[in-house]
Amino acid sequence: MIDCSSENAKRLAEMSRSIRLDAIDMALASGSNGSHLGGSLSCVEIMSVLYGEVLNIDSKQPEDPDRDRFIPSKNHCVLAHLPALAEAGFIPHEELLEFQKDGGRLTGYPMRKEIGLEYSGGSLGMALSVGIGMALKLRERGSRARVYILMGDGELNEGEVWEGIMAAAHYRLSNLTAIIDRNHLSYDGDTEDVMHLEPLADKFVSFGWHTVCCSGHDTADLLRAFSDRSDDAPQMVIADTVKGKGVSFMENLPEWHHHSITQKQYEQARAEIIGEAEI
Amino acid sequence: MTSIEIRTLSRLGQRGAVFTTALPAIAENRPNIKLLTADLALLSGMSRFKAAHPEKLINIGIAEQNMIGIAAGLAMEGDCVFATTYASFIAVRSLEQVRQHLSHLKCNIKLIGSSAGVQAAKSGVSHWATEDIAFTRALPNLTVLSAADALEAVKLTEYAASTTDPVYIRLSGGLNCPVVYKEDFDFVPNKLKKLREGSDAVIIATGSMVVEALCAADILSGKGIEAAVYDMHTIKPLDKEGLSEIFGRYPLVVTAEEHQISGGMGSAVAEYKAGFRNAPPQIFIGFNDTFADAGSPAYVRRCCGLTAENIAERTSDGLHCI
Repeated sequence: MIDCSSENAKRLAEMSRSIRLDAIDMALASGSNGSHLGGSLSCVEIMSVLYGEVLNIDSKQPEDPDRDRFIPSKNHCVLAHLPALAEAGFIPHEELLEFQKDGGRLTGYPMRKEIGLEYSGGSLGMALSVGIGMALKLRERGSRARVYILMGDGELNEGEVWEGIMAAAHYRLSNLTAIIDRNHLSYDGDTEDVMHLEPLADKFVSFGWHTVCCSGHDTADLLRAFSDRSDDAPQMVIADTVKGKGVSFMENLPEWHHHSITQKQYEQARAEIIGEAEI
Repeated sequence: MTSIEIRTLSRLGQRGAVFTTALPAIAENRPNIKLLTADLALLSGMSRFKAAHPEKLINIGIAEQNMIGIAAGLAMEGDCVFATTYASFIAVRSLEQVRQHLSHLKCNIKLIGSSAGVQAAKSGVSHWATEDIAFTRALPNLTVLSAADALEAVKLTEYAASTTDPVYIRLSGGLNCPVVYKEDFDFVPNKLKKLREGSDAVIIATGSMVVEALCAADILSGKGIEAAVYDMHTIKPLDKEGLSEIFGRYPLVVTAEEHQISGGMGSAVAEYKAGFRNAPPQIFIGFNDTFADAGSPAYVRRCCGLTAENIAERTSDGLHCI
């Protein structure tokens, strides 16, 4: 059962603040290489709600056959995903800053099930299919485990996604949840200018998905959305978000998709994140 | 297997032999076997498999990329997954998914690409798989196998099921596949199989070209030239030991494949041969950077010199030039 209480929502909002602070620490540590800030900050609340409440996982048993599986198909969320794994106890907090270290175990989106990294993604549009395979096998085994796949909205341009959308509904995979981080921006700008996506919810409904829309930055609304499942169809959660959320000079600007951050920018971002949480 | 059974198998062709004979038996006592098809269950002769193991057959529809991803998800959860469609689609259309899940993540997936080469010649170039060896053998961790006849296709499938390594099996030819192996044999993985003795030249062939190479050796024998013939059923990993011996023994190497010369089996041989001092020269039989006009498979092979007669002629000419 998902705890949808306001206390829980508040706790998860606090966790989101910690994740954002980790994210900008990691961005600063990446130096002039830069990192994927925009699309990480847009899915921070999604990560905290998943890792803080929804996912049935245990860092002491990372390969438990009946654990829930979470795969970020949009790997541009690494600055939110790794801190969430640290919050859940899978990665030592101090290791986060090594996420771009040569030969490091967190570098380059590796698959390391022992620390909760279920899949090595990076090429957009592939992970939903993998999740379908996992969900088919879990159902065959009679496992209660669920599979969660996080996708970006820009990623929905990929054809394989729609092959998967069709197949998951065809096989009535009620143990599968896909989440769209609907931040409305891809590399080249507004998703509706680059390649029109709307009406998005109608598309998933017409393909046979149980589709729920929510605010992707309101932990209470996210908890409600994740609780709203069907027992004979896969679940789609469209989380309306803001790219770069929480840092005023990054919000809704495509250039922060992948960017380096200066010490001065970092300090301002940090102040805003701490300040925002205090409001 | 008796010689009568082998002839029956050959009538089914390589694809029929794999799906009607090999896989239903492999799945018998293996709860973790899955067979995924992209809307080719009927064409591939899977009705027997479906009747015996309905829960193990999953039709993904005409969505090859999705099929490879789903295969990966199943494999990550412990299944040994056979995934199949035409070679052109499984090894080309979904190449990136193959690279990601079989090569990079080493998922326990066995790709079966049917109608490789120009078996689907009349369907046009879109259905030809004449570059699949080049694409797949470039991928780390992937074993690349190619069957010379229906019996060998069964052996390769059994071998693939016995390992957890990712494998690509290339099936060529159609129904009534010519018989190369008239008697049952013990399959030895990763080793070149010698089919004919000879000392004047060696013909290394793979897939449908093995039977042509044997016929070419007969023609050459009539002219007093004795050519040895090898079946390279395992293109990757390369049998370096076997090749080293060959390079030291024969004055001329001929490679024959129903595939582009560039990047193919012959290229794999040549890459390795390049490191040998005084290695023999090589003649490449294959598609020479071209697509032929469409027609029957035999017509296309004839147009491009993939025949016993041409192999014999090129070998004979090559020996004159040494």
